[in-house]
Amino acid sequence: MDLLIRLPSYIQKSFVEQVRLLDRFSNKSTNGTLYLTATHLIFVESSTNNSTSAGQEIWILHHHIASVEKLSLTTTGCPLVIQCRNFRVVHFVVQRERDCHDIYSSLLRLLRPVSYEELYAFSYNPKQNDQQREEGWQLIDLGAEFERMGVPCDQWQLTDVNRDYKVCETYPRDLYVPITASKPIIVGSSKFRSKGRFPVLTYFYQEKKAAVCRCSQPLSGFSARCLEDESMLQAISKANHNSRFVYVMDTRPKLNALANRAAGKGYENEDNYSNIRFQFVGIENIHVMRTSLQKLLEVIGTRSLSVSDYLVGLESSGWLRHIKAVVDAAIFLTKAVTVEGASVLVHCSDGWDRTAQVCSLGSLLMDPYYRTIKGFMVLIEKDWISFGHKFADRCDQLDGDPKEVSPIFTQFLECVWQLTEQFPQAFEFSEWFLLQIHEHIHSCQYGNFLGNNQRQREELQLRERTHSLWAFLMSERQNYLNPFYSPAYSEAHPVLVPSTLPYNFKFWRNMYHQFDRSMHPRQSILKTILTLRENSRKAESTLQALESRLQQLGVTPITTSDPPAAPPTRDQRSNSSAFPPRPNSLILGAPINPKEVQRQQEEDDEQEEVGEEATESTDTERTVEGSSGTESRKQSYGELEGTYNSELAKEEPAVVSLEFGVARMTC
Amino acid sequence: AEEFSLMYPFFYRPMFEVIEDGWNSFLPKDAFKDLESMTDEWRLSEVNKDFSVCPSYPPLVAVPKDVDDDTLRKAATFRHSGRFPVLSYYHKKNGMVMMRAGQPLTGTNGRRCKEDEKLINATLRPGKRGYIIDTRTINVAQQAKARGGGFESEANYPQWRRIHKAIERSNVLQESLIKLVEACNDQSHSMDRWLSKLEASSWQTHVKEILTTACLAAQCIDREGASVLVHGTEGTDSTLQVTSLAQIILDPACRTIRGFQGLVEREWLQAGHPFRQRCAQSAYSNSKPRQEAPVFLLFLDCVWQILRQFPCSFEFSESFLVLLFEHAYASQFGTFLGNRTAERAKLSLPEKTVSLWSWVNRPQELERLSNPLFEANSLVIWPSVAPQSLLLWEGVFLRWNRSSRCLDEAYEEMVHIIEYNKELQNKVNSLRRQLAQLETEDPLLQTP
Repeated sequence: MDLLIRLPSYIQKSFVEQVRLLDRFSNKSTNGTLYLTATHLIFVESSTNNSTSAGQEIWILHHHIASVEKLSLTTTGCPLVIQCRNFRVVHFVVQRERDCHDIYSSLLRLLRPVSYEELYAFSYNPKQNDQQREEGWQLIDLGAEFERMGVPCDQWQLTDVNRDYKVCETYPRDLYVPITASKPIIVGSSKFRSKGRFPVLTYFYQEKKAAVCRCSQPLSGFSARCLEDESMLQAISKANHNSRFVYVMDTRPKLNALANRAAGKGYENEDNYSNIRFQFVGIENIHVMRTSLQKLLEVIGTRSLSVSDYLVGLESSGWLRHIKAVVDAAIFLTKAVTVEGASVLVHCSDGWDRTAQVCSLGSLLMDPYYRTIKGFMVLIEKDWISFGHKFADRCDQLDGDPKEVSPIFTQFLECVWQLTEQFPQAFEFSEWFLLQIHEHIHSCQYGNFLGNNQRQREELQLRERTHSLWAFLMSERQNYLNPFYSPAYSEAHPVLVPSTLPYNFKFWRNMYHQFDRSMHPRQSILKTILTLRENSRKAESTLQALESRLQQLGVTPITTSDPPAAPPTRDQRSNSSAFPPRPNSLILGAPINPKEVQRQQEEDDEQEEVGEEATESTDTERTVEGSSGTESRKQSYGELEGTYNSELAKEEPAVVSLEFGVARMTC
Repeated sequence: AEEFSLMYPFFYRPMFEVIEDGWNSFLPKDAFKDLESMTDEWRLSEVNKDFSVCPSYPPLVAVPKDVDDDTLRKAATFRHSGRFPVLSYYHKKNGMVMMRAGQPLTGTNGRRCKEDEKLINATLRPGKRGYIIDTRTINVAQQAKARGGGFESEANYPQWRRIHKAIERSNVLQESLIKLVEACNDQSHSMDRWLSKLEASSWQTHVKEILTTACLAAQCIDREGASVLVHGTEGTDSTLQVTSLAQIILDPACRTIRGFQGLVEREWLQAGHPFRQRCAQSAYSNSKPRQEAPVFLLFLDCVWQILRQFPCSFEFSESFLVLLFEHAYASQFGTFLGNRTAERAKLSLPEKTVSLWSWVNRPQELERLSNPLFEANSLVIWPSVAPQSLLLWEGVFLRWNRSSRCLDEAYEEMVHIIEYNKELQNKVNSLRRQLAQLETEDPLLQTP
């Protein structure tokens, strides 16, 4: 661990022995040693007598730590509770209070970086040379992406008006506008929009020549108008011959938009703009979303949670309602563009939160490319990174205003996950891809999500000084593949039409309980099928080798080299059976770092581990209430207190921690 | 019998070839042969051969070897509906057992029955203690005394520790099902309304209660190394949910297609779950006959929850559970007719109707019901019962409300991947054999 060498001077103590890690939902605990490095907090379980393998390790990146809390001293030691931004919650008990305090105060220093230079990305070195790093950054090219959409074309052009970030400093340099939008129109319009975020193209639906444009709210107040802005919308309308009007989607609730008028902002007055159709869609603001997630996490973090409290909490948190609202808005956008062939202008207040959600999710529904691994990276790069979603503020990268923090991007990832559950064959990537991206919006390990906008990123020279996440994810592409993905499906269904009936939205356990292993299915279909796929690949090459060997020997192989015949098609099957198989949504298994999957599979091969893993989940639920620390090792499913036999209290065998893999990758 | 003889199963003639008559597939004496191969501590008693000791039991029941029929007769008078303690499951790993019964008829003055005490104590190894799992709250059990029922007192059963775990009674469960079905059919677009209706139905709460109690029973047996007696009031509803689910958790044999049929036969049909009364109406009907209750459906839902958590450990797929759900309510087969074995015998169901198992146990049907992901797992499987781990059984409750085409297609794709892999492995193996054969024939060919 060369990390130890660079230990900052304010780290009081680099390791503490005899630390107990308590399970969040059961009364189980493990003993081990806590190490503090410049970048990570590491818990290493002491190796147990009955196991030769090393104990589990938990690596927590300092940037992932959202809060550290020192609870009051108990008879067993000093409790330290750490909440992470990737929804991990760990509860340590340190024997000596002084040690606990040392770690606590060191962590407090570490988890509030005040300058970008302190972030991990600037010291992270994956042993690549400059050329490799440069190539990583070149992986995503937004110019090429607009070309792919068919832009520039006879109606849309690239404008250099923002080359020097003079018109809008939170927009990228390269922007696409209607050919009839002259510079004066652009500049005029930008002055009439919050933060200068005037209407620009973000997606072009070639088939109908319909455009998805985005901007911020107009500074209309109660009566102000701006001819250039009106011309701008007129230009967008004219660029599409398929429709006589443009939809203007204000993604805010009407009340919020009305309130903004008092501050000289507001929304478009239909009387002033010719040929627009104005629509509110009612997605709540960042503060509501932040509170909602907090509420949700509070509910699901409760021990011995009852089904009733869970469902009531799920409802009152409003989280799924908000998710549904975003998906509903994206569907509205998609229908307007693909069915009506109309262009749509999307905005909210500043046009970097709800607008980003709706534009990117809508594009994902319209264009199968965005449902591929590369395409999804491009989509995030375009609608989120380049158009200035404030990742630094929203993800709390630097010590800043807590009111700016909000899980807007997490919501976007969840919306995508909800869609993958409805359309298991439409996405090239699996849930693991979404989880990995989520991991890194907070890790500050790669440069991509640092800062709030492109201008700031250039100032920080991120391309020169940090590495790109996309290159890393691309190199691990195999691990994120969805084995059920069917390009043929996408060809047949280029536009997805999801159902938004409430029961289609589920709680995303693998995100919010990512690290609470006992909650997960004990066997994962995704994992199993991925392994099978891998085995098939190996078998294919073995088969080839065997065949050529036999041919060398002058023998015809008994079987032909054709790939095995496809099983009977669906239609043939369902005709012959009275009750067609009706699987539920294919549960995608525990989010494990794919490397870990391999490793675990190897282990499973050696020793039948399933059952032991299984027994672990017994302890998910403890209904023993109010048990004190000393009598903590009570049984799982309740009421066995005062057992005659101490069997139940036995320590579970060590299980390799899931999170180990994820953390490993970050070092 | 009038009402029965006009029912569809009596007119139905199979259009398929019966390979194995399902009526003879799961006879108690065959099940006992399996037990005999593991232990000689139990015997098959004919005390109930004319259904006079316990009308809802089958003619043959497994009881401790050292307990004679007279003792059983006396114990039966002390248990609700004559349901004296009988063997439900023998845990091969440690020889512990699970028994089930009706409530003891202690009444308000604390009646006791030496024979009953002797019977259940006979199942304990020397010096060992057992657990009695009462599926009622202590209050409900107390109230039962006023009606002649009750529970085992510590004084009279010192070797047993009683645990109360509340599972709701049938009328509450039916109410819950009606609310759930209504919630699922509500197509209003509000998320809050859906979640609050789902919560108000309490269905998932019941699923959790039942699973938790079953896990507790399994835990006592496997982890604690103790024998268990399970009962509620009658011993025909919540008792069976617990004993059958505990076996799913403990016994890999119950997770096969045939083993699961055997489990349904033993723990539901032969054990006297009153299917005629409980499944008189469709689950989607909102009328409320007095005895109607989705007790069996809840059991299937719980199995489905475990299946979702251990998708590779079951030989059958979800479609088998859906099939059982459908046939329990309405069927061309005679299997789920009647309330108990005595009734089925009186109606001559085995002679006059076709068994569902005759239909199921044919190669084409077995293939359709099988789980492509199955890999035998000989271990005990402990499900998570956290609310976040429990799901709504969409295959039943949302079946008619949403299209499952996308999911079905993905499922087909999964089957394709699995079959392709199998074929590849077979080819590789056959070529390896061919090569090995050549090499033994001609040693010069041997590759380094």
